[in-house]
Amino acid sequence: MIDYESFRQFADSWGLLYLTVVFVIVVLFVFRPGSKKTYDELSRLPLKDDDHVQ
Amino acid sequence: MFKHELIEKNATLLLVGSLIVVTIGGIVEIAPLFYLNSTIEKVAGMRPYTPLELKGREIYMREGCYNCHSQMIRPLRDEVERYGHYSLAAESMYDHPFQWGSKRTGPDLARVGGRYSDEWHVAHLTDPEALVPETVMPEYGFLSENELDYKLIEDTLKTNRLVGVPYTDAQISNAKMDLETQAELDGDNLDGFKERYKKASARDWDNNPNRISEMDALVAYLQMLGTLVDFDLYDANANRR
Amino acid sequence: MSIYSIAFLAFMALCGLVGAAFAVDSVFAFHSWLTVALSLGFLFWGIKNYTTEPADQSRYLDSVVRWGIIATIAWGLVGFLVGIIIATELAFPEVNLFRQMNFGRLRPLHTSAVIFAFGGNALIASSFYVVQRTTGARLALGNLAWFVFWGYQFFILLAASGYVLGVTQAKEYAEPEWYADIWLTIVWVAYLLVFLGTLYKRKEPHIFVANWFYLSFIVTVAMLHIVNNLNLPVSWFGTQSYPLFAGVQGALTQWWYGHNAVGFFLTAAFLGIMYYFVPKRANRPIYSYRLSIVHFWSLIFLYIWAGPHHLQYTALPDWAQTLGMVFSIMLWMPSWGGMINGLMTLQGAWDKIRTDPIIRMFVLSLAFYGMGTFEGPLMAIKEVNSLSHYTDWTIGHVHSAALGWNGMVTFAMVYYIVPKLWGKKEIYSLKWVGWHFWLATIGIVFYISAMWVSGIMQGVMWKSYNAAGFLEYSFAETVAAMFPYYLIRTLGGLLFFLGACLMAYNVYRTIVMTKEEESNIETVPA
Repeated sequence: MIDYESFRQFADSWGLLYLTVVFVIVVLFVFRPGSKKTYDELSRLPLKDDDHVQ
Repeated sequence: MFKHELIEKNATLLLVGSLIVVTIGGIVEIAPLFYLNSTIEKVAGMRPYTPLELKGREIYMREGCYNCHSQMIRPLRDEVERYGHYSLAAESMYDHPFQWGSKRTGPDLARVGGRYSDEWHVAHLTDPEALVPETVMPEYGFLSENELDYKLIEDTLKTNRLVGVPYTDAQISNAKMDLETQAELDGDNLDGFKERYKKASARDWDNNPNRISEMDALVAYLQMLGTLVDFDLYDANANRR
Repeated sequence: MSIYSIAFLAFMALCGLVGAAFAVDSVFAFHSWLTVALSLGFLFWGIKNYTTEPADQSRYLDSVVRWGIIATIAWGLVGFLVGIIIATELAFPEVNLFRQMNFGRLRPLHTSAVIFAFGGNALIASSFYVVQRTTGARLALGNLAWFVFWGYQFFILLAASGYVLGVTQAKEYAEPEWYADIWLTIVWVAYLLVFLGTLYKRKEPHIFVANWFYLSFIVTVAMLHIVNNLNLPVSWFGTQSYPLFAGVQGALTQWWYGHNAVGFFLTAAFLGIMYYFVPKRANRPIYSYRLSIVHFWSLIFLYIWAGPHHLQYTALPDWAQTLGMVFSIMLWMPSWGGMINGLMTLQGAWDKIRTDPIIRMFVLSLAFYGMGTFEGPLMAIKEVNSLSHYTDWTIGHVHSAALGWNGMVTFAMVYYIVPKLWGKKEIYSLKWVGWHFWLATIGIVFYISAMWVSGIMQGVMWKSYNAAGFLEYSFAETVAAMFPYYLIRTLGGLLFFLGACLMAYNVYRTIVMTKEEESNIETVPA
């Protein structure tokens, strides 16, 4: 039977690791080389002309 | 190599990625509830609703009672003293859907059954302010005038069986008769009815013997709430949650 | 209208006729006839306007957005008004005039009208606007966007008329019965197809982050809606149905749905609005695009787990309660990351808070978002929840977030988008926008402070013991103590509603504005 203690232990170890790894991957990818130029452009995307189909 | 750029550029990947992320949480949390002991334990005394109680429950839902009344007593000192033994998972195992509620504009009803007389309930539902001057509850006198519509009662029990309520063949085939018996229109069937539904009581709930009204059904439902489990016999440590 | 649309409408009319012929209850018959009437109405209009000419692909499809904005405002007024009525009913129960008007039937009408009708239309309309502008492509799949719009209004009509006539699944925020649920599923899939199709044909190499939020909202809501509404009807020609899940399984499924309706409907999708309209109105780039991506993944990652905090101390297993609590607290971080990203976008344009009432509304909405996402985790902590649960504190929390964040950000979006959509240079009166800002703000402050006081008081009264060790107050005494706060709450709601009325009039004047009026209106100094 799965009880509270074993669930907590699992969450404390593997669960925590899983979340940390995912978070680190996301952070690493947004700081990947070359991302700055792309993101600078993207952050200005809403400011483009918005009346006509490109 | 995997590139986040791939996701930024690919709508399908973005779609699938978000779907996977949101699915994991749901599965991990919900799936265990279908096999954990504490959530599927059977507690002595629990039985499916009688046809009349089931109709009463439909009226309870139709009128949106759950908007102001909870049916979930938390294991906190004041709640246990005010409302009775804390609610067990097993006590709502036949509730499709659960009616735990989220707000107590009015008091909890999980164990309201047997606390007041039938007359009190009818009078209170008809004119709440006459009995509780502070109340903000709407009046439900129209339930006494509404004839109960139970032509689909057999199908209703069958549907419940399909979603997992263990109604027997006898309970289904006698559904209409049992409903009338419990509202005291049909006396001959009483023994069979009591046999099929333990601890069920048959009487004229709304003090109008001429017909079965929606008031009959609602009061029958309210009067059985929380009365099925005998807590003198219940062993809380058998399936600790 | 194309031949497919005509065939579909004829099919719907036929379904309605069959439904009406075999209906086992009066509301099902009524809804069937409603289907027949509306399908035939659209059918005749469609045949009259039959055309095989393809639409001009060089223009954005904005007419559906215009209708969406009008529907947003109209449903908003309905939802707020019903809110005032039920608030009054809680102070003066005599206002429960007849059975269709009883609190129990009107409360779902209020919640559905503001969340799904007002909020939903704002999201569908704004997402159609944003996805076209950030992809440089016209909405995909021809007139399917129109089906999404009208189909969604029909869903609202089925749900709303059902509630007052006593048809409900009795699950909060998921009250519409099985056939309305199936209809919404069809509409929602069409919505997903239009949105996704537009992303596929985009001219920009990247998918702008606002669209990520919209897309995750569409797909997650689809999943939640389907799983939480797995019901079996008693009769295929009747309204009544029974859900697959019961008791504790049903409860967790419901709050997994309910909380993520907050997380994805009222948060993720509205953040989509923020990430496009705040930069646009402020004329500044997003403060940190990197942060927006981290924000996105952490938000959708954490939100989905937080549902069990609605079930603290219930019969739900302890580990699930704790899990819900922990994830709710962790959610605080991405939420505030998003808020900071929105606020800091005004960097270099801080003076606009003073000069532009629309920017002021955006800023206030973000402030309320920050407040709500701080209060939420706090209330998810078990010890706090043992006091706050079942009380008005929850109602106050919901309204500070819904009125403050969702309401304000929608109003600001409407004020920005209406002149754009109707080709005017600015909203008719910016001064009225300023008035709206203060009416709404004061209304919210009245509302939430009254609910904080009444909620905490109620929680404390329930738990009070006298010197002899008995419970000090009867339940009825705690009800009586709420009266003054319910009055203040109603007043707050009234102010909020008045502000929305002013907005509706302002929008109307903008739409009918003449060239001459337009040259005289006030604009924000550049």
